[in-house]
Amino acid sequence: MTLKLFLLLAAALFSVGLYGALSQQSIVMVMMGIELMVNGVIVGAAAFWRHASPAHPDGQVLVTVAVTAMAIEMAMGFAVVTAIFRARDVDMTDMATDLKG
Amino acid sequence: MLATVVSWVLGAAAVAAGAGVFRVDSMARATFLLLGSFLAVGGELLVLGLDYLGVLVVLMMTMEMVIMAVFMIMYMMNPAGLTPMSMVHNRRGSLVIAVGTFAALAAGILVAPWPPAAGRPPPDPTVALGEALMGSKMLVMIVLGVALFATMVATVVLATHRGRYDRYGDRLDRPRPDDPVPGGVWR
Repeated sequence: MTLKLFLLLAAALFSVGLYGALSQQSIVMVMMGIELMVNGVIVGAAAFWRHASPAHPDGQVLVTVAVTAMAIEMAMGFAVVTAIFRARDVDMTDMATDLKG
Repeated sequence: MLATVVSWVLGAAAVAAGAGVFRVDSMARATFLLLGSFLAVGGELLVLGLDYLGVLVVLMMTMEMVIMAVFMIMYMMNPAGLTPMSMVHNRRGSLVIAVGTFAALAAGILVAPWPPAAGRPPPDPTVALGEALMGSKMLVMIVLGVALFATMVATVVLATHRGRYDRYGDRLDRPRPDDPVPGGVWR
């Protein structure tokens, strides 16, 4: 596949994840949407490494950063879900709208 | 030729599994569909020649999703399908934003004049990555390490129900712990 096709795949994964993160009510499902968005970033970075600048490791380093961001996002997300569920019995985004403008 | 077919199949599988995550009712099925999407992306990395990162994504995401399944089932809104309910809000708005984002990204991808590949991939990309992380890109590795350590501390602080500062006061100088239920050893 060419660079454009890989980037289209990355954009598709990112958009599906964006839909999930915006539309889901359950906080853990929102996190799954964000993970899918980072998944698209991984595909894009790997495709850029192979098809635009294979001689330099920058794309690979970006994949490493994205994978780490995914792990941090999941750990912090579940910690926040646990904290807010324990404090207020909240497990849906619509029940935690304190900061709504 | 084979690589092209494999990357098309894996790409279609990644998007289909990703879309399936938000269509199924079962939290376990949603988690394993997301795992399927990650595995397909790991396969794409292998097709692109990134052996180490591909295997890393496959192994890491398998463990991550198995742990995630436990939390998903813990916090699910519709246990065992006994309380059917809508799990979405503002579906149309989200769909419009997602489709609009994809259209904008796709337009940019198709219109932009992408440069041809500069240079050739190194014989062993894993060695190149390792040397970059321990050399010119070491700041990235340091920041990742500090961020992971901060995550460990923050997750423990957030997930702890009652720690020693709740029991013995901010200066840990309370002679008897302030517990909601009295009793225990030495009391």
